[in-house]
Amino acid sequence: MNGLFGRLAWSDLKLFETFMHGVSIDTLVAAGAAWMVVLGGVALAAWLTWARLWGPLWRDWLTSVDHKKIGIMYIVLGFVMMARGVAEGVVMRTHQATAYQGGVLSEEHWAELFSTHGTIMIFFVAMPFITGFINYLVPLQIGARDMAFPMLNQISLGLTATGAALTMISLVVGIFETGGWTAYPPFTGADFDPGPGPDYWVWAILLSGFGSMFSGINFAVTIYKMRAPGMTYMRMPVFTWTALCTSILLTFALPPLTVACLMQALDRYLGFHFFTNDQGGNMMNYANLFWMFGHPEVYILILPAFGIFSELTSTFAAKRLYGYTSLVLATMAIAVISFCVWLHHFFTMGNSATVNAAFGIATMLIAIPTGVKVYVWMATLWGGRIRFLTPMVYMTGFFIMFVIGGLSGIILANPAINWQVHNTQFIVAHFHNVLLPGTLFGILAGVHIWFPKAFGFRLDERAGRITAYLWIAGFSLTFLPLYIVGLMGYPRRSAAWDDPTFLPYMIVCMIGAILLAAAFTGLFVTLWISVRNRASLAVPMGDPWDGRTLEWATPAPPPHWNFATIPSIAERDAFAREKAEGRPYVIPAQYRDIHLPPDTPAGMIVFLTTTAFGFAATWWIWWLAILAAVVLVGWVVVHSFRNHPEVVIPAVEVKRVNNAWIEAIELAQGGITRDDEDTPRNRGYAATDMMVAS
Amino acid sequence: MSEENVHPGMNLGYHGGEHEAEVKVFGFWAFLMSDLVTFGIVFAVFGTMVTATAGGPGPEEVTNLHSVAIQTALLLGSSFGFSWASLSMKYHPGQRWRTLGWLAVAATSALCFLIVELIDFHHWTTIGAVPQRSGYLSALWALVGLHGLHVAGGLLWMAAMTGQILVFGLTDDIKSRVTRMGLYWHFLDVVWVGIFSMVFLAGVA
Ligand code: HEM
Ligand SMILES: [Cu+2]
Repeated sequence: MNGLFGRLAWSDLKLFETFMHGVSIDTLVAAGAAWMVVLGGVALAAWLTWARLWGPLWRDWLTSVDHKKIGIMYIVLGFVMMARGVAEGVVMRTHQATAYQGGVLSEEHWAELFSTHGTIMIFFVAMPFITGFINYLVPLQIGARDMAFPMLNQISLGLTATGAALTMISLVVGIFETGGWTAYPPFTGADFDPGPGPDYWVWAILLSGFGSMFSGINFAVTIYKMRAPGMTYMRMPVFTWTALCTSILLTFALPPLTVACLMQALDRYLGFHFFTNDQGGNMMNYANLFWMFGHPEVYILILPAFGIFSELTSTFAAKRLYGYTSLVLATMAIAVISFCVWLHHFFTMGNSATVNAAFGIATMLIAIPTGVKVYVWMATLWGGRIRFLTPMVYMTGFFIMFVIGGLSGIILANPAINWQVHNTQFIVAHFHNVLLPGTLFGILAGVHIWFPKAFGFRLDERAGRITAYLWIAGFSLTFLPLYIVGLMGYPRRSAAWDDPTFLPYMIVCMIGAILLAAAFTGLFVTLWISVRNRASLAVPMGDPWDGRTLEWATPAPPPHWNFATIPSIAERDAFAREKAEGRPYVIPAQYRDIHLPPDTPAGMIVFLTTTAFGFAATWWIWWLAILAAVVLVGWVVVHSFRNHPEVVIPAVEVKRVNNAWIEAIELAQGGITRDDEDTPRNRGYAATDMMVAS
Repeated sequence: MSEENVHPGMNLGYHGGEHEAEVKVFGFWAFLMSDLVTFGIVFAVFGTMVTATAGGPGPEEVTNLHSVAIQTALLLGSSFGFSWASLSMKYHPGQRWRTLGWLAVAATSALCFLIVELIDFHHWTTIGAVPQRSGYLSALWALVGLHGLHVAGGLLWMAAMTGQILVFGLTDDIKSRVTRMGLYWHFLDVVWVGIFSMVFLAGVA
């Protein structure tokens, strides 16, 4: 067009794809997706206007620094992006089922699909889920009022949203990159792909990467410095331990990704030669940098899920966690070893046999602490009084499936075998096998457990359980057959295949993908049913599952300040202990004023300026990029010159809220037993089984 | 947490705000560790690319030990000035001009460092040692440039701190900010020592 819009042209708008390139399934899918984003955005805006929610949205959510609200916003972001990720997965599976010597999509479109799908699922679904849970739970579990740096926390969310927004924009304007979620140059270099796809990728990943690094620092400092008195390291809840390991990984594993992205940007924009084919460039540096981040990343995603599974086994088996210390040590060991194995992602890319052997052995070593965890969970369940509620269904699916996924990982860790199955569907089966039953099931189980804490009512059990079974069945059908076609030699990321024996497997996979889409819908059906029945599902007293850790010793939802007085901890599983000794819910002798950090638009300002910057840089709209950067830096400087007085909650208000809650508990005259757990009698006051609670 | 250690170092005597200062300084250390990993990785990439000159200018051509020595002196001098600013802040909190004066010394010295560095950069372009020429030069420019950008960002920060001292005086909040700025400033010195020895000295050794 002209200088004003950089290299952006009308033809980059995907909305009219069917007019420009003729009607076919391929263009219909592209244009349909673009319209869905646009119409979805318009519908959301219209609804917010109609329901007059813009004001509350801004005041209560977007400018809030409350870690609980930030956590919820992360998780909502994750679900929004997951809708796209799952839809893409189903479209890809449909394509692959028809891909015998062809397929319904164009090759370019197929490549774009697996690239956006992978990028979104890892960076904008799994990551926001994990950071969301850590945000929501950690301060509550360690007896703190908020994160160490509440404003930085909001800024991290803003940066994550920037990355998500850029990938969504790429659906409507231009195309995304086509080199997979790993985006290896030189394929994504300027010579082979002048853009804008790889540019979208670079800015989305770079900017959201800064957000993740800040989150890591914030979580680590919070856990190190903000624990309630008496909460020593070995008294911390297991989820908090896994969060600590994840934060350390975030702090140290994100820099390689940042550096890789920056170098890729320098190559693409200024003609540097880091990863190019000529002039001394070396793409192996990219592979190393990417996986120095990439491998710790998978543990960033799985460790907190392990934490959730640990909390839930002990809660739903009504037993103390067996082998707490081993579990903590195993988690730390995994975190440390995870920095020493990255090369197993490219055994075939020219390393010597010795190097391959060393990394192969290091990789197999991780199986030891992971195995320890599996035994810890088994021993915890053993002899417990297990309640088979939805989280336990996910746990069962996880238990069986994750072991299969882990074992296929050990197979892949052997370089000799890896050479055979590298880059086939076997690997697709493997990583979905650990990501879905591991991370995703953990998150979904966690949603069932902590949703009542966050919103004050439980999720419907029947719908929840059906959905959980759908996830397990859908997963098995979609991904287990891929192990077989992988061994038969079907390469991953290929747009078409030539061997008719793959066909039956591919059809099973497609049916599985449809089940998965149904399972995803099931989540919203569950939510819908639960919202409608929220009166009978309400658990205002805050402890629906006979929980063991501090977050359950608050009303549901907890007040902004979390705890009326900061608890003082004498033992592991503090709340379970109090209940066992018959002295939970005491009215404190004295209430004090509570100081809380003030609301701020910082996160939104960062989100808007960095999104504008990323978009402008992608399309070479230089004036906008400069403007966005100047506004951001200027705002930071101005902000640092202003005073930001804390918000003070007067002691009487704290007293009113807290006493009302405790009085309600006293009026209830005794809690419900576990037999009534999934009935309307469960109002969140648990009669604990003292025999097994200790 | 009452019995916790307040961060070692400047111990500026915050009135009841020790915990908050401790948390912030600790957080900043964590950030510096992350930044150190960033630099470490760029160093590593540089290490793999030392020989990737693709027939273009190599270490001998780009290294001007004379200029590097001046830059080192200027940057270390800047750190030295900053130390005095910190000490003035601790022992003469009533006389903020002392702190400001030393900050000005630190800033001027760092500005001169950047100017000398830019002269070097300019020289590199005139002999064709531009980053587009080879992998080695790409890594060189990225590493030295990343450090230079950190220094430039630090100068902006220092300007903002000067303004804040003028507006608010040496309050506890400001002292804690200056303390963190000091960590950052000395950190950049340490990184420079790495660049000085691993890029320039080793380049011509
Ligand atoms: C919900 C149902 C899902 C379906 C139907 C699905 C399907 C697919 C398909 C067909 C591919 C391309 C395989 C190939 O290269 O041949 C793929 C790749 C991938 N998926 Fe999924 N997936 C799903 C969920 C997830 C989840 C939950 C995650 C992560 C949390 C995930 C992460 C990835 C990644 C990282 C890739 C690799 C992309 C690349 O090659 O760069 N997927 N998926
Ligand atoms: Cu790995």
